[in-house]
Amino acid sequence: MIEQNLSLLLVVIPLLAAPVTAMLPAGRLPWLLTLIVSWTCLVIAGWQLSVVIDGSVISYELGGWAPPWGIEYRIDAMNAFVALILSGIAAITLPYALRTVEKDIPRHQTSLFYAVFLLCLVGLLGIAQTGDVFNLFVFLEISSLSSYVLIAMGEQRRALTSAFQYLIMGTIGATFLLIGIGLVYAETGTLNMVDLNLRLQPILDHRTVHTGFAFIVVGIALKLALFPLHLWLPNAYKYAPSVVSVFLAATATKVAVYIMLRMVFGVFSNDFVRITPTDQMFLLLGIFGVILASVTAIYQTDVKRLLAYSSVAQVSYMVLGMGLASVLGITATLVHVFNHALIKGALFMACGALVYRVGSSQFENLNGLGRQMPWTFSAIFIAGLSLIGIPGTAGFISKWYFMLAALEQQSWLIALVILLGSLLAVVYMWKIVEVMFLRPASDNVASVKEAPVSLLIPMWVLVIANIYFGFYTELTVNVADSAARLLGVAAYHE
Amino acid sequence: MIDIIVGHYNYWVVIFLMMAGFYTVIDRGNLIKKIAGLSIFQTSVFLLYISIGYVSDGTTPIIAEGFTRYSNPLPHVLILTAIVVGVSTTALGLALIVRINEAYGTIEEDEIHEQDKSL
Amino acid sequence: MSDQQLLLLAVLLPFIGAIGIMLCGRWPNLREVVTLTTAATVCAVVITIYSRFNNGALLAVDIAEPLPGLSIRFEVESLGILFALVASSLWLITSIYAIGYMRGHHELNQTRFYALFAVAIGTTLGVAFAGNLLTLFLCYEILTISTYPLVAHAGTDEARRGARTYVGILLTTSIVLLLLAILITYTVAGSLDFREGGILAGKLDPAWAGLLYALFIFGIGKAAVMPFHRWLPAAMVAPTPVSALLHAVAVVKAGVFAVLKVTIYIFGTDFITSSGANDWLIWFAGGTILLASAVAMTKDNLKLRLAYSTISQLSYVVLGALLATNMGLLGGALHISMHAFAKITLFFAAGAILVAANKSDVSDMGGLGRAMPITFGAFLIGSLSIIGLPPFGGMWSKWYLGMGTVETGQWLLLSVLLASSLLNIAYLLPVPVRGFFGKSRDGTSYAQIQEAPLSCLLAMVITSLACLLLFFYPDPFYELALKAAGGK
Repeated sequence: MIEQNLSLLLVVIPLLAAPVTAMLPAGRLPWLLTLIVSWTCLVIAGWQLSVVIDGSVISYELGGWAPPWGIEYRIDAMNAFVALILSGIAAITLPYALRTVEKDIPRHQTSLFYAVFLLCLVGLLGIAQTGDVFNLFVFLEISSLSSYVLIAMGEQRRALTSAFQYLIMGTIGATFLLIGIGLVYAETGTLNMVDLNLRLQPILDHRTVHTGFAFIVVGIALKLALFPLHLWLPNAYKYAPSVVSVFLAATATKVAVYIMLRMVFGVFSNDFVRITPTDQMFLLLGIFGVILASVTAIYQTDVKRLLAYSSVAQVSYMVLGMGLASVLGITATLVHVFNHALIKGALFMACGALVYRVGSSQFENLNGLGRQMPWTFSAIFIAGLSLIGIPGTAGFISKWYFMLAALEQQSWLIALVILLGSLLAVVYMWKIVEVMFLRPASDNVASVKEAPVSLLIPMWVLVIANIYFGFYTELTVNVADSAARLLGVAAYHE
Repeated sequence: MIDIIVGHYNYWVVIFLMMAGFYTVIDRGNLIKKIAGLSIFQTSVFLLYISIGYVSDGTTPIIAEGFTRYSNPLPHVLILTAIVVGVSTTALGLALIVRINEAYGTIEEDEIHEQDKSL
Repeated sequence: MSDQQLLLLAVLLPFIGAIGIMLCGRWPNLREVVTLTTAATVCAVVITIYSRFNNGALLAVDIAEPLPGLSIRFEVESLGILFALVASSLWLITSIYAIGYMRGHHELNQTRFYALFAVAIGTTLGVAFAGNLLTLFLCYEILTISTYPLVAHAGTDEARRGARTYVGILLTTSIVLLLLAILITYTVAGSLDFREGGILAGKLDPAWAGLLYALFIFGIGKAAVMPFHRWLPAAMVAPTPVSALLHAVAVVKAGVFAVLKVTIYIFGTDFITSSGANDWLIWFAGGTILLASAVAMTKDNLKLRLAYSTISQLSYVVLGALLATNMGLLGGALHISMHAFAKITLFFAAGAILVAANKSDVSDMGGLGRAMPITFGAFLIGSLSIIGLPPFGGMWSKWYLGMGTVETGQWLLLSVLLASSLLNIAYLLPVPVRGFFGKSRDGTSYAQIQEAPLSCLLAMVITSLACLLLFFYPDPFYELALKAAGGK
């Protein structure tokens, strides 16, 4: 019984804490409350996952209204996995936030900043928890609106225009999702995901269903920054305050991947993917995304933008995994959702540390900085290896599963694209390494000190996690595998 | 043919508003007009939902004697939430525009890009 | 100490040493003591493992299981212990040499140098003791990455370019070709274990065997089979001890070692010969032997010349693997050790010439031998061993390789081997000949030039004596190689 309430508490606790935080006096108190809340969420999410890891399902009826009429929170392995990633990243980001927020955000705004941060967390966790498509839309908008605010709090004025651009794109995406949900609702009369799935099966060939599906996929693709709908992302990540870049890079697109999986495979079903050209479309966009975004990353002269384009490329890997539409493909996608959160979290934290000390993430200001900031540099190096997919790191496990999924279907082209993607990753990560490690130090760098310990510890926790999950994969692979099977994806047969 | 046009007039209105709003968002360089377009775009979806909930010859969903057919209340409830979301989006967008105006002294997209040399 | 602990210790000790070196960075003498102690201990541990292995102990240890059914596993077998013996004993000798060289040459960042050196040796031992292909791949990649800063050590534009080529080619081949080959193997065979007789026979369509084998041979870029050999000359910008140990012994031998492992334990010689997987690949090895020797003749820079010589000699081992006969494998495995001792002597000498006389071009070395007789004497012994003349160890491996070609009736390949030996004479012997009998180009005298630092000389003398000893007493290496080749 207690587990059922836990699934709701995960959303309610940060939701209640947000207005309280907003009313606290500025300073460290709001940070402390946010920290406590996020650690509580992590504990609950861990507990929740331990309950459903065996393949069982927790169902909570909101307000006592039985599904499919009432809103249901339905937690299976995938929801719990995503919730764990989200709360885990929040919990590790907050210790990092203390010093950077003091630098990036005016003191009188700190209470509001943390309140909005909590709202963003509410939205993301709500998406992971809910089993109702309309409720999902609402949570998506909560998280989006709060992330626009968070991005707009960046120091430079371009943060404002970036946030505005994101707002326009994000709202269009969300509205597309809303249209799609409306059309599907018109056909089935239900909003509950499980119920929708049942009722959609007999009418998978209806044109309204197809139209609704198209709207939903395009809407989510905008949130996902799926190539070629990714244009909002690089600026949003670059101009946001450091801690926001870390949090969003590690969570926002991952949640969008989850929504895509849940909607496409959970609501519409694997059969639908097979009878429509959905899988080919995913593969095509994935291929272009991996290659073009990686190539674009190579030409960046700013670490944050480079990492942002790399994120677009990595998301495209996940889309490739969906396009393969097999248990292995979905497993690879979910494993990568987890591992990429670790990788990008660490990289953006290191990048934030550079900005904290140097005030810029432009290459020209980072020459030879590796010798001044060895710990930060090593973190970038190891996380970079993980991004490339060198064995012994978490990234290798993802790549291994993507390759297995591609080879299982003898998709040589996909296999080649995945390998090419990691080669391009070698090139762009090596650019950073060469700038920081091999270039002679420029004048502005000489007096720079290593980042403060409160930044280094969370960064290195993630770096070590990158190595740990390269060797011990019981958590990632097992959960992802059972989640993929629960999603009703069939194993691949020729 | 006439049936398709007249029988589904509500959907035609929705589509017209949707396209008009969407076009405005994409085409206009003035940030206020963009937000206005976005609002129209969202409103068209509200209308779509409300049309869906309508049941022929149905009445307001309040139980009363002599009535057996009611409109579906659920979409209306849903759209109340969506309206709230839409209003917050508009408010946030307008607030951002105010800040942009303070920072750049203009709300025209091309002038902003020119100041940042970002195009 | 239990067998498992001992095996773990062998792999981990260099890493612990690296940490120790970093901690002692401020006190150079103490730091060097740590390096030498670690190297000596590792050497002793490997020898202990060798003796226990000879007594029939099964030494294996599982670290983790990152992928279902695939573990990170270390296991001792004859080929691995052979490679580990070579690498660990030469590390000790190179450490002695490096102290004299690095101080004599006033290199910067010496702490980083010694620490990364230790890491590289640790991963080399990891390669040697890898119990399956996944572990081998893991150590192989870490080896590439940990040696990158060593190649870029000088920090000049040239070093940066060289290091970029180095890491670019090695990572590209391993990520694209080797990883693909490993994944295909796993998909087909459902396992990546090293097993007698291979794991692919009966599971892989023989028609595809050649292609998969090619992915392995070229994917293992460290074996430097042409056309993926450019990284090795590029790596010569590194300090000489790095070139000597890593790019004549540890890194390159890790490549050919992996080729042998794949041949014996993944494909199995029977499967290779029955499927004809080696038919056309063998000509790449043969071609590399000849072409690289020919290129070596044109190089005036001594280290570059030695690099191309290494490329050529590596393909001897690859050729031995590709022959897929007992004799060929025996020769190939033996060549790992024989070539290592000879080539490291040559590099030691080249480094000594650089430190003492500041000369790197062969054409500048006329008469230098009279000022540095020990160095040039060592070079002569190393050259003779590489050429394969008695009474030096290099003769044995060439002998068995030649026997392998005779056994399979590949007379053309035999002539390739013989022609290459002639070319070896043509590009190696001029160095000592010019040194002892030539005149300096502009007539300057070498009166003020003295022999290299004592530690450099000591290292050279030890390795040249080893070349001689290995002719009369190759037994430990011979027995291990024979066991690996599956002969009686």
